[in-house]
Order: sequence, then C-alpha cells, then structure tokens
Amino acid sequence: MAGVITADTDVVIEIGGFPIRLSTDDPAFMEMLKERYDGFVSSGKSARIEFDVVLANSDTMYGNGDLRVERDGARWSMDRGDFQAHWNLRTARGTIRQTANPYSLNSLLRIVHTLLLAEQGGFLVHASSMVRNGRAFLFAGVSGAGKTTMARLAPSDVTLLTDEISYVSRREDGYYAYGTPFAGDLGRLGKNMRAPLAGVYLLAKGTENKIEPVGAAEAGRALLENVLFFARDSEMVRCVFEAACDFVGRVPVRRLTFTPDASVWEMIA
Amino acid sequence: MSEKCYVGRSSKIAARMLGDEMMIMVAPDSTVFTLNEVASVLFNAADGTTPLEEIVAERVCSEFDVELEVALKDAESVVKELAGRGVLLVSDEPITPPRSFAQAAG
Repeated sequence: MAGVITADTDVVIEIGGFPIRLSTDDPAFMEMLKERYDGFVSSGKSARIEFDVVLANSDTMYGNGDLRVERDGARWSMDRGDFQAHWNLRTARGTIRQTANPYSLNSLLRIVHTLLLAEQGGFLVHASSMVRNGRAFLFAGVSGAGKTTMARLAPSDVTLLTDEISYVSRREDGYYAYGTPFAGDLGRLGKNMRAPLAGVYLLAKGTENKIEPVGAAEAGRALLENVLFFARDSEMVRCVFEAACDFVGRVPVRRLTFTPDASVWEMIA
Repeated sequence: MSEKCYVGRSSKIAARMLGDEMMIMVAPDSTVFTLNEVASVLFNAADGTTPLEEIVAERVCSEFDVELEVALKDAESVVKELAGRGVLLVSDEPITPPRSFAQAAG
C-alpha cells in the first residue's frame, strides 16, 4: 500500500480498514510515525477518527502506570502513566497527550481498535496470523506459546499478518484477519492486507506435531483468555464475550501441538 | 441461609451456553469460567422471585434424582460460591429481576 502523506502535520494510519488521522506540529514525531507505520499509512482522504497529538515533556509524563479506559456518555478516556487521551464518539475527534515515545502511541492505537472492533463483533487477540492459499490462520497463545516461532518457521508461500497481535474483524460473509503493525519478537510488521479466517490453532509445544479438536466451551475460554480488551465496563465486557462466543461457533478452533521445526507447516493449508 | 432464600443473576456478568456448558464472564475482573450441571440449573432458574428451595425441589431433585435435603445443602454451597464470584445475588426477599446480560443473551 502506498505511503501517501496528506500534509506535513498529519498522517492517516489505517489498520483493519479503520483510518485514524493523527495530527501533530512536531515534524520529527511525524517522520517517526511515517517510518514506524510504513505500509499502514493510507491516502488519508478521510478518517473515521481524528486525534490531535500533543507531545508533552518526558519530565511530566512517565512510566507505565495502571491503565484506565472509561466511557462517560459519548466520551472515551484512556489514561496510563505515559499517555492521556480522550475521544468523543459523536464528533469522532479526540486528543492524545503523550511523550514522543512511539510505544505509547502503539498502545493507544491498540486500545482504540479494541473499542472500535467490539462494536462490530471483532477483537484483537494475542495470536500470530498468517495467510496461506488465500486463507488466514491464527496461532493463539500466551507469551512463549510459540506465536513468533510459527511465524519464523513459515515457508515462503506464507504471508505474515502479525507475529503478536491479530486483528479479527467480522463482516457479513464471515470473519477476516487483517495485517497489523503490532509486531512481537519477530520485529517485523505484518502485511497490510486481509484474508478470510479459516481457523484458529491454540498453540502447545510438544514432541510431535498433531492437531486435535477442541470443544466449544474450551475454545471460548481459551479465546477469551487471549483477547485484548481494556475497558472494564459491563457493556464492553458483554460485547467481547458475545463476539468470542459467536466466533467459536463459526470458525474452527483446534489445538496444535508442535515441535519447533518447519514440518509443522505441512499440516497447515 | 434462611429457608426463604431468593437468588437472582447479577447484571455485571455475561453468560452463554457453549456446547453443553454454561460459560460465564464477570465484568469487574474479566474472569471466565464454566458452570457444572447443577450450577447451570441453578443459574438458569435464578429469576430472583422463586425461592431456592423451590428451585431445588422442582429442578434439581427431579433432574438429578437426589433427596431434597442433600440437594438443598449442595445448592446452598453452590449459590454461596457463585455469589462470592459476583455471578448471583442472594436475598431473603424477592429480587427485582435485573436486566442482566445473561437474560439478554438468552
């Protein structure tokens, strides 16, 4: 996807088909954004949400304090030690106050996308995802389960969507996985594309490669354990819960036990 | 628990049958767990207006072929645990049926 910048002071970052405009008067920060989200910078004709980014002195904002994501009417507020942000659902505008630390913005974008996705039955999930033969596969698990390993072992005909945070969106004709710039240990951004989701594998390391069926309840439980969501209000929890339950009713979820060599990919097609 | 004990579902949970298991998610701490068969029966019958003893007599004893006294003791234990987890509300008076997520989810 071509990286076209709308102006020197703003950039539109499109992840999962949601264009978000970020405006700042700091040229160095803008350049960093263009570089960091290369491949996810859209033409920017329009954006679903517009954020003004106000950079603060690092002396006044620091640390990764407790995250609070709260909704008051049409206004979402998101606070952590290193950023403060708010976003009005009615005006689709908001403000981010943070230091020039790119990780703060990355965290914030994840939060915003979880909120956007929850409204339409999608979610972000701790999983690597890759496309093979036009179909996407998710490999879910906690840290150390093998998400990045599966990405490293992938043969050349496999396209990386992410090795850390997968983007699952629900559309009329089913679920799709999108590429994300949310990279894990691989340190490589996913390709900005989407593919219909063919299945989820719950990862487990073992001495042989095998795929086993997983019951609906276990699948739902495992999925929810890996879904990212930050807002603790009841409505948001209900959305995420319903999304996960619907998902496991429509997309095959299996357990993949694997040895860390490329032969595991012979089972994924 | 008193003889007239009423149980209702909390509005701060989401619940749904997945396969043959009732899965619950508690909003405040986002914990997820599934209910066993007896707990599922109690949860589904927890309308806030039917006394627990009546639920046990009509739903549990008939379904699981167990004496009322034994079943009631077990049910009180289950209800206590689910109330502690924020899933059920317990009162010695009828509870106004909450607009719970469980009800919304059917």
